[in-house]
Amino acid sequence: MGNEAIAAGALAAGVRVVSGYPGTPSTEVLETIAKRNPGFVHVEWSVNEKAALEVAAGAAYSGARALVTMKQVGLNVASDPLMSLNYVGVKGGMVVFVADDPGPISSQTEQDTRHFGKFAKIPVFDPSSPEDAYEMIQDAFNWSERCGMPVIFRATTRVCHACASVDIEVPGEGRPVSGFVKSSDFVIFPKLSYENKKKLEAREVLLSDSFSNYKYNAISGNGSVGIACGGVSAAYTAEALEDLEDSFRVFRVATPFPFPEKKAEEFLQGLERVIVFEELDPVIEDALIYLCGKKHINVEILGKRTGTVPNAGELSAVTVRNILAEVCGTAPWPGAEAPDSLPELPVRPPVLCAGCPHRASFYAVKKAMEGKRAVFCGDIGCYTLGNAAPLNMVDTCLCMGAGITVAQGIGHGEPGSVNFGFIGDSTFFASGITGVINAVYNKSDIIAVILDNSTTAMTGHQPHPGIGKTVMGEKAEAISISAVLKAVGVKTVLEVNPLDHEAAVSAVRQAAEQKGVRAIIFRSPCIAKEKSKKRCSVETESCIGCRKCIRELGCPAIFMEAGKAKIDKGLCTGCGLCASVCPKQCMKEVEA
Amino acid sequence: MKSCLLCGVGGQGTVLASRILASAAMEQGWFARTAETIGMAQRGGSVVSHVRFGERVASALIPEGKADVLIAFEPGEGVRNLKYLKRGGTVIVADKAIPPVTASLGKSEYRGGEMVEYLKKHAAKCVIVNPEEAEAVCGTEKALNVALVGAAVSKGGLGLSAEAVERVLTRRIKPAYLEMNQKALRFGMQAEEVNNEDDR
Repeated sequence: MGNEAIAAGALAAGVRVVSGYPGTPSTEVLETIAKRNPGFVHVEWSVNEKAALEVAAGAAYSGARALVTMKQVGLNVASDPLMSLNYVGVKGGMVVFVADDPGPISSQTEQDTRHFGKFAKIPVFDPSSPEDAYEMIQDAFNWSERCGMPVIFRATTRVCHACASVDIEVPGEGRPVSGFVKSSDFVIFPKLSYENKKKLEAREVLLSDSFSNYKYNAISGNGSVGIACGGVSAAYTAEALEDLEDSFRVFRVATPFPFPEKKAEEFLQGLERVIVFEELDPVIEDALIYLCGKKHINVEILGKRTGTVPNAGELSAVTVRNILAEVCGTAPWPGAEAPDSLPELPVRPPVLCAGCPHRASFYAVKKAMEGKRAVFCGDIGCYTLGNAAPLNMVDTCLCMGAGITVAQGIGHGEPGSVNFGFIGDSTFFASGITGVINAVYNKSDIIAVILDNSTTAMTGHQPHPGIGKTVMGEKAEAISISAVLKAVGVKTVLEVNPLDHEAAVSAVRQAAEQKGVRAIIFRSPCIAKEKSKKRCSVETESCIGCRKCIRELGCPAIFMEAGKAKIDKGLCTGCGLCASVCPKQCMKEVEA
Repeated sequence: MKSCLLCGVGGQGTVLASRILASAAMEQGWFARTAETIGMAQRGGSVVSHVRFGERVASALIPEGKADVLIAFEPGEGVRNLKYLKRGGTVIVADKAIPPVTASLGKSEYRGGEMVEYLKKHAAKCVIVNPEEAEAVCGTEKALNVALVGAAVSKGGLGLSAEAVERVLTRRIKPAYLEMNQKALRFGMQAEEVNNEDDR
């Protein structure tokens, strides 16, 4: 997998400290390093991306090679230290690995980290395949150390989560670490920033020149029409051109910032027009338009700005081929047309798993608040899926930690409703605690609901500060969520097992009757973490086919067959929630 | 180069199946690429895995109309992804429908039979693997993915050998589950094909 190749490349480059926060599609990089740890690498899931980046920066100050990993929205959280770090610089090579997610496939935004490089004045490497990623991450460490500045390594889902045959080296001894040497250079001050900004601007020009000679910024093919591409779009372009050899001149950009202008000028020489294939934002396109203006080069640049290339979603080899057919009259691929008259297909969105405790938690809140004005502010995690019918229990979702704080704002804007902020256990530690403190301090009227399933489920079950275990499997202090809540001044903290439906509903009612900041911790382990041996089954003769279980819960294990409810034994975990819903008590626990 | 698209419902084991095919191809000395749906859709949602191998493979994603084989772990998902199959390509399908929650909530019942008929009519060659029979033979429903791999290896014309797949299974599957997966592979390899005279 691309992420495994990146991890192997980092180990081959002698990385000593690796920190990160899980987030699809970035997670497997850190997990792979933990798995292949030669013993001397410090690996940690930090509490959030800001903490992770600062840990890595400290390691790099001390001369160690450091890697920090996150997804694109995680970089927003880490942007505060990132924006300043370049002014300070690093001693050991430091790579900020950020996974972008065109589509988006499992993200809130389609933001483009290449902009962040430009914004923070940090070089960006952009691999187009797992095998390139393995080589390029090593180059990234070398550039970083040579220039004394952090480097962003940006990959996208189709590189991170694609597999390829890659030959890798066994990691060596690790590089020696010089140690932290005290210097005023590590203390950011306006005077230092003024001086260093001048240096940064000068370095940007030098880097652009150096990158023009970087082997992954390559020109190939011939023709009067050029194609500029970067990232996985370079692979799509290569496939689309397989039987059109030498009809186009192709410029593959592996370092979108600083843009390799000299190489780009060489590419533009004699071309009539250029089509730019890149996902997310028109970064290469804008750099080419800028260069044409600066150097008075008369070449037409086609891309997202001209409406030639779609400005949202993923690209594909078919898209590239079709655009080339439209613009240049080359043949489109046969057989890519849709088959005639498809039968009606059911939509199949992702759902909360059968037996997921979040379903029970949402259902308890829903039942307790029936007929009352209540707003349900959600957050980022598996439980965002509580938005779907029939639960319909997520009224807002913005970003990590926003549920608890948005609920406060709604309460200030519209007093009178009961405002809930739902948050998962890992998200609570990542960015929920400050929101709770804000609520207590500012006399908000909210119910914070902590959905504690003892893991970071959505990204593949990573440990977090509440679990008592590190990514390396070592024992750690388990931080108690209820103790944290009480310590920051939450007077009412109720803890209940959501699968005990009656107790859960009554806890919600109790909290709803009070004012101020109250918290409910729904605690039940993720079903993928602790395998249940219990199953439920329907007594078919008693089932009256009222579909209440399906209409109320939307559990994927329950379906109708010949007018009666049935339970898929392969999916059921015997959570028993359907039994508390059935008016005829026909759901019974059975042996698996 | 050969291209094989796997599709199904999150949790059915499509990712492992695509890794097995790619590893078998590498065993035979080819370069292989895969791309899989991981993340939000991993449970209960529509999932797709791309597997491509040969002397050279430019990109991991199979363009529409270019898959030699389509392995459908669920018939409706097979119909949804039929656009990827090339003319004359083979569909391997598990003929048991999995109704999504959205269908259960709606009024109409979702039936897989219609989907299987559609696949038979529109693919040049269709190989049916019955999940219930597979479960009876292997003693577990979890080995359906390996049964489908078996059918693809014997009927898909991918150029993969059963021996290469067996070696991969031995390497990747825990010893306790190896025998049931070997049974699944053999069961899948014996699946029968339905040829379509008029093609699509």
